[in-house]
Amino acid sequence: MTKVNAIGDACPIPVVKTKNAIKELNGAGVVETAVDNKTAVENLEKMATDKGYAFKWEQTPDGNYKTEIIVGDGAVEAESTEPKEAKAINRRVVVISSNVMGSGNDELGGALIKSFIFALTQQDELPTTLIFYNGGAKLSCEGSPCLEDIKQLEEQGVEIMTCGTCLNFYGLTDKLQVGGVSNMYVIAEKLLSADLIIKP
Amino acid sequence: MSEKLFCKSGGCTAKLGAGLLSHVLERLPKAPYDENLIVGYNSHDDGAVYKVAEGCAVIHTLDFFPPVVEDPYTFGQIAATNALSDIYAMGGEVKTALNIVCFPEDGDLNILGEIMRGGADKVTEAGGSIAGGHSIADKDIKYGLSVTGVVDPKKIYKNNGGAVGDVLILTKKLGVGLVCSASRVGEASEAALSQAIKSMTTLNKYACDILKRHKVNACTDVTGFGFLGHLREMTENRLSCEVYLDKVPYIKEALDYANEYLFTGAAQKNRNYCKGHVRFENVSFGMEEILFDPQTSGGLLAAVACDEAEEIVNEMKEAGLPAEAVGRLIDKTDYEIIVKG
Repeated sequence: MTKVNAIGDACPIPVVKTKNAIKELNGAGVVETAVDNKTAVENLEKMATDKGYAFKWEQTPDGNYKTEIIVGDGAVEAESTEPKEAKAINRRVVVISSNVMGSGNDELGGALIKSFIFALTQQDELPTTLIFYNGGAKLSCEGSPCLEDIKQLEEQGVEIMTCGTCLNFYGLTDKLQVGGVSNMYVIAEKLLSADLIIKP
Repeated sequence: MSEKLFCKSGGCTAKLGAGLLSHVLERLPKAPYDENLIVGYNSHDDGAVYKVAEGCAVIHTLDFFPPVVEDPYTFGQIAATNALSDIYAMGGEVKTALNIVCFPEDGDLNILGEIMRGGADKVTEAGGSIAGGHSIADKDIKYGLSVTGVVDPKKIYKNNGGAVGDVLILTKKLGVGLVCSASRVGEASEAALSQAIKSMTTLNKYACDILKRHKVNACTDVTGFGFLGHLREMTENRLSCEVYLDKVPYIKEALDYANEYLFTGAAQKNRNYCKGHVRFENVSFGMEEILFDPQTSGGLLAAVACDEAEEIVNEMKEAGLPAEAVGRLIDKTDYEIIVKG
């Protein structure tokens, strides 16, 4: 299930955000969108109905609304019988499992990983997600030479996540400078659903 | 032009829904009867008309809204063109206008200057004078005009004066709401946006000047309630009408944006307001959205005598307006509006 927060967004933003989330599903899944007005619910319903997706909504106790769009099983025949194009690579996950790149010399390895992350910022096709774990967790924390580049990737929409257990192990829990803290469940899910995993 | 405005839900998309508004208005005490108040808010007309002497009535109207485009001068022009339009929708002539301004206290005054310059230029083009105004410190920008015009009481265009057989003429393309909405999320093309801006800054004076030479039974301007919402003001449970979809002028890209689901909130409010009153025959979903699309500074919608319709449309086209005969009034049936695709 993908969650979209569109509270405080005026139309057409809730629909635009939801549409992007549906695109990322690659044909099947559920998108749950939170909005703060009934008109946005109705606009989401129009989009879902027109696309042939199942649609549900409810008011939440805080007075906002939660909508659910089910893509895949609920989709109309016409949509699902269309010949599928060659599977596009939509989800590229980069795994940074060490603060050095390659083995041989760690000083060189440190320079290489810095240069690798900088090179990522220069690509036309950016990765969807960067996952930092074990020694890699040091790179998203205070004192890392890569912070500016990682922040730039985040600004361009790349999801940045660092393993919480690893931060804890290295005593870096309050030193994280960019992206969110994640857990092994989410990391496993990201790796399993990726179209492409890059491990430098 | 380097100053840019922050657009949230600008233009007529910022209007309260028609249904919501009727709900409140219906509960207000009716004003005491005054025989000289020819048009008050007991009808759905665009402005109020008060007869001051034989052969002379004044029209009062007011309109203001948040920015709909980023350029302040253009926004000023659009807001003024939209406010002035109500005078033309009633068949009147613009005389004076007062500025209505909401502006942040710490805002850049050059921006305000540009907005007001845009407004003043349009009032001048309309043949009127800016005679004053009122400003309020507010965290969001809003601008518009209160306009006074004059009209011969016998020649007022009412919303509901149409008769069976009248032809409906629409003088501007629909879809400006969708284009502005797509532009807010960075999905509108340059070409579509400039077409929408040109439309929103075209005074309805030119269409009105042509209508005045002919027999007009009813007229309104198409703004926030969309084409179908305003059309309902004309049928008013008394008549029905047919709309010929292939005749309806619209900005082509707006249909693409509707098909991309870049809807405004206001179009959905308009759809709810018209629920049960409109029958669509072979109309695609995207075209439905165009017909419900809220128009900032939209065109005039006139019901004219059948035998003059063609001539009127031709004269308007010669004047460079994208006018079309889009439908006709018919005897009342189950639905107020039937759209034939």
